[in-house]
Amino acid sequence: MSEAAAVKDTPIEHAHQGFLKTYIFSTDHKMIAKQFLLLGLVMLMLGGGLVMLLRWQLAYPDKPLPLIGISETYMETGETETAMDRYWDEQFSKPEKEQSWIATRMPAGVISPNFYNTLFTMHATIMIFFVVMPILVGCFGNFLIPLMIGTRDMAFPVLNMLSFWVAVVSGVIILIGFFVPGGHAATGWTAYPPLSADPTWTGVDWGQNLWCFSLIFLGISSMMGSINYITTIINMRAPGMTFMRLPLTIWSLFIVAILLLLALPVLTSALAMLLFDRMAGTSFFNASGGGDPLLWQHLFWFFGHPEVYVLILPAMGIGSEILSVFSRKPIFGYHAMVYAMVSIAGLGWIVWGHHMFQSGMNPALGTTFMISTMVIAVPSAIKTFNWLGTLWGGNIQFTVPMLNALAFVSMFVIGGLSGIYMASTPVDIFIHDTYYIVAHIHYVVFGGSLFGIFAAITFWFPKMFGRMLGSKLGKIHFWITFAAFNCTFFPMHILGVGGHMRRIANPLQYEFLQQFEGLNIFITMSAFTLGMAQLIFIFNVFYSMFKGKKAEDNPWKANTVEWTAATPPPHGNFAEIPTIYHGPYEYNAPGIDEDYLPQTSQATIATDGNGKQ
Amino acid sequence: MSQATLVVDPAESPLTPESWGKLGMWVFLAGDAMSFGALLAGYGAIRAGSVDWPVPAEVLGISLTAFMTFLLICTSLTMVKGLSAIKRGDQKGMITFLGLTILGGVIFLGCQAYEWTHLIHKGLGFTSNPYGNYLFGTTFYAITGFHGAHVTGGVIYLTIVLIRGLRGKYSADNCNGVEILGLYWHFVDLVWILVFTFLYLI
Repeated sequence: MSEAAAVKDTPIEHAHQGFLKTYIFSTDHKMIAKQFLLLGLVMLMLGGGLVMLLRWQLAYPDKPLPLIGISETYMETGETETAMDRYWDEQFSKPEKEQSWIATRMPAGVISPNFYNTLFTMHATIMIFFVVMPILVGCFGNFLIPLMIGTRDMAFPVLNMLSFWVAVVSGVIILIGFFVPGGHAATGWTAYPPLSADPTWTGVDWGQNLWCFSLIFLGISSMMGSINYITTIINMRAPGMTFMRLPLTIWSLFIVAILLLLALPVLTSALAMLLFDRMAGTSFFNASGGGDPLLWQHLFWFFGHPEVYVLILPAMGIGSEILSVFSRKPIFGYHAMVYAMVSIAGLGWIVWGHHMFQSGMNPALGTTFMISTMVIAVPSAIKTFNWLGTLWGGNIQFTVPMLNALAFVSMFVIGGLSGIYMASTPVDIFIHDTYYIVAHIHYVVFGGSLFGIFAAITFWFPKMFGRMLGSKLGKIHFWITFAAFNCTFFPMHILGVGGHMRRIANPLQYEFLQQFEGLNIFITMSAFTLGMAQLIFIFNVFYSMFKGKKAEDNPWKANTVEWTAATPPPHGNFAEIPTIYHGPYEYNAPGIDEDYLPQTSQATIATDGNGKQ
Repeated sequence: MSQATLVVDPAESPLTPESWGKLGMWVFLAGDAMSFGALLAGYGAIRAGSVDWPVPAEVLGISLTAFMTFLLICTSLTMVKGLSAIKRGDQKGMITFLGLTILGGVIFLGCQAYEWTHLIHKGLGFTSNPYGNYLFGTTFYAITGFHGAHVTGGVIYLTIVLIRGLRGKYSADNCNGVEILGLYWHFVDLVWILVFTFLYLI
């Protein structure tokens, strides 16, 4: 590397670029990271807003929404009492075609079943593709890779900029879908045919088409990102930054880039086939024309299962980083952690059928998928026990990032355990498509990925914005979120075992589900609390960005290279390319006076004469 | 990570020290291979589940396609010759061979257009197939179309490199651009051999 680095190492000097080049069409990896973060946070509020409507419907099926719904007086007597009553009065006097956007989806403030389908479809699509991926991979991939491996920028900065703007195009397309006639996609984020393959069966025409186009664009954006990440990590590490000195965060992002690179094109091809079915009258997924609906499920989950590791692996890397820093101890079993992530990613390719036990697939295949899925518990358990080993006997500091990282570990364990349980075919036959699955996915993607995101934002905020994130508000946000999260999602296990199906607009229409009305109301109240708590976080982020306490270069006394850069790092990151002498987690190393040892430090660790510490 | 003395292990040497673009292209091709892989796997699954799939050679005819395959392999050869010319510093040779590669690509596309027109006249459409399963036509046009789009992109890419070559942008010490182009072109060629095998021969 050293030779190539010497050739390439010309400090980037363009301090005075125009507004457009600095903030909009920036090629600086740190600005692109912030753009991805903003995209993710805006979409987080949208995705969260959708699910608030959805939870209202589940707790109070077919009741008018508060504030925008019609009043009881109007329902009983027909007299307009509130401003909204007059609004609804006016809307219903018009022919259906002229009614407002809201009136066609939520007439009188009551969520229609079709709109309910849109709500859960778009909640999942937005949270997976436009919140977790842009923040964990787009934002932290971009921000951390060059800084943590000690280089000046990504390998292909222009491609990096394009990657963000193609993601924006994709986001705009998905938003337009809300406003087209027929409504937005409403077949779940998995878009199973035949329902999704023929517009005449659902009445949803352009909504589903735009959903497909949007995800194709996102695939292109993600491919550009992957090319950048992989090339940068392989070719641009600072002298001394061997693969086994890479921080685990970088390892996780490297593995995720490979997963995305290989998985998303499969989805793109499947989406193209679905679009042909919808728009050109072909029958890839239509049995009556000789096609096979199961083919979609195979292609989708061949992408979809690696995709769930795309969502969780960066959180694992980030969690490892933060646990080690705030335990003031080396990560337990660095090499095992790396190999565990590699094997999780490898096994992730041969387990997709566990989403399809109930699909009519050959049951012998189901057994194969069951066994390969259960094998994943081994590397996952290695990671979990290594996290515990890291904490064991550590000098634990309960900072906001540490709290979130601890929540990540513990919630991931719950989600992981229910995962092993339902990987078993006989169990899955009982709980398939129930709220048990909903509970599992949220323990992994909210409890895992989103707590990982909170940990990452609060940990690297000082380096990103040069100011400390308010820790009091951070703690308030954390504790409310943690409690409300568990109150929201834990009871869903009970609903699921009780047979409560997912994706139904009105559970009360089934007699055996009426007993769960109280539990559903409790979940909804917890979900509202959970949603409100995120406003604290958003406020804290934007307030601290401008008014927070100025941060030092290394506020957490961490070892990795990004903390040696100026705060916030200038264009080009480092005054000169650093040289790396140590692994990333040498905390409380023998013979070192301080309790940390930056990777760039030239101090030597004491050994006992046999080469051992 | 114990160290008695302070050692800077040099980072493992980069895979492509002379050019990041080359690694970038390899990575892109790995991803692109997956999109072809998904299409071909879908094709295989649909065909395996079909009872009225026609014998491809009878419907499509393979003499023209065999020629197209031969032609595309030849363009891979001219691509290699073009690269080796510039590596020797022979700009003229590079331009000649890139020109021949473009010519081969264009003739390939012309043959494909002729073949498609011919088949459409015979009644084989995107959603119609008088010889059996409709999806025979669908998958045929989707996969050869996707490959044809890659060839078209390749011809454009070749032309851009040729123009840069005419302006003297490449030399014996600076020919990565040509090598990266070569990677892409050989990939398109390799994919065609798979497409030819699965769609026409088997």
